[in-house]
Amino acid sequence: MSRLIALLAMLFCLSAFAGAAESLLVPKLDIGKGGQCVEDTQWMRKNHMHLLIQQRDETVHKGMRDEKHSLKNCIECHASLRDNSVIGRDDSFCQGCHRYEAVKIDCFECHSSKRKSAWAQSK
Amino acid sequence: MSDINVQRRQFLKTSAGLAAVAIAPGMLLFEVAHGKPEAVSNKVRWGMLINTANCVDGCNDCVTACNKENGLAGGLNSGGLSPTDSQWIRKIELKDMRGGRTLSLPMMCQHCEHPPCVDVCPTGASFKRADGIVLVDKHRCIGCRYCMMACPYKARSFVHEPLHDQNPDVPRGKGTVESCTMCVHRIDRGQQPACAEACPNKAILFGNLNDPDSEIAIKIRTVASTQVRADLGLNTGIRYQGL
Repeated sequence: MSRLIALLAMLFCLSAFAGAAESLLVPKLDIGKGGQCVEDTQWMRKNHMHLLIQQRDETVHKGMRDEKHSLKNCIECHASLRDNSVIGRDDSFCQGCHRYEAVKIDCFECHSSKRKSAWAQSK
Repeated sequence: MSDINVQRRQFLKTSAGLAAVAIAPGMLLFEVAHGKPEAVSNKVRWGMLINTANCVDGCNDCVTACNKENGLAGGLNSGGLSPTDSQWIRKIELKDMRGGRTLSLPMMCQHCEHPPCVDVCPTGASFKRADGIVLVDKHRCIGCRYCMMACPYKARSFVHEPLHDQNPDVPRGKGTVESCTMCVHRIDRGQQPACAEACPNKAILFGNLNDPDSEIAIKIRTVASTQVRADLGLNTGIRYQGL
């Protein structure tokens, strides 16, 4: 019996340690203006790629420019206030999470990662 | 029944618009400068009428404006047009060898009604929008360049080098084909294409070919205009006057 209790205690300790370690590893993001913009934060974490892919097809082919869910609008809010970009640093809004999840983003091979206002000023 | 509903919807929209004018004219102006959430329709066909008599030999303002608006290098990186720089609009000089008459005109994507580039595209990346603008969906483009070979106007370019610092309104990237978009991002905001706006002599008239009361439709009804390579039967959206 005492062996079983010891085993359980050890498992509990391990899991608690693992939990703590995970929270240390979760990326700290520079979220720009931050807060809830267009949808609930948890929902966005799970579904932002579906919004973007639907938006991209509708905008390119049908000319529907729903600015609320556009990539440009994401960047407008979430680009870092330091360098006006969502990529480029380990804590950048897009790059930070995508590096953590090991999911490659190729949006920014064509799309600008900068706020429009910042881009216009740099020209 | 559906007709009645459509009319009612239009009426409601119009009255809402009038209310917006009455309440806050500034706000309405702000709204006009944004894209619309509705899909574009084939009731509109965007086109241009280029008056070659007003196009000055040696003037390059439309090309410069296009390069600036769409973030094309236009020879800025290499001190001259590099062989791999994209070219969405170019000036060409024509000379009648017998009479000696010379002409200068801008040449770009002619936004055909039956575009050969769309016919040959193996992935459906090259497409025509409902309002007549011919575009490349770069999400689908694999860079095979069939469309460049099919285009009788030599209007398309391939992006050979990696790009940085693109205009947020004009995504462009290595490995895809691109061409004049008629400044679709500006049209969707209710503005004119950059070249038409930049022309100092108003040689480029932009408008809706399908609207009989638009300036361009009236002009096409009343003066002689030509489509380049009309023999191909592509029904181009860009017409030339005095060619």
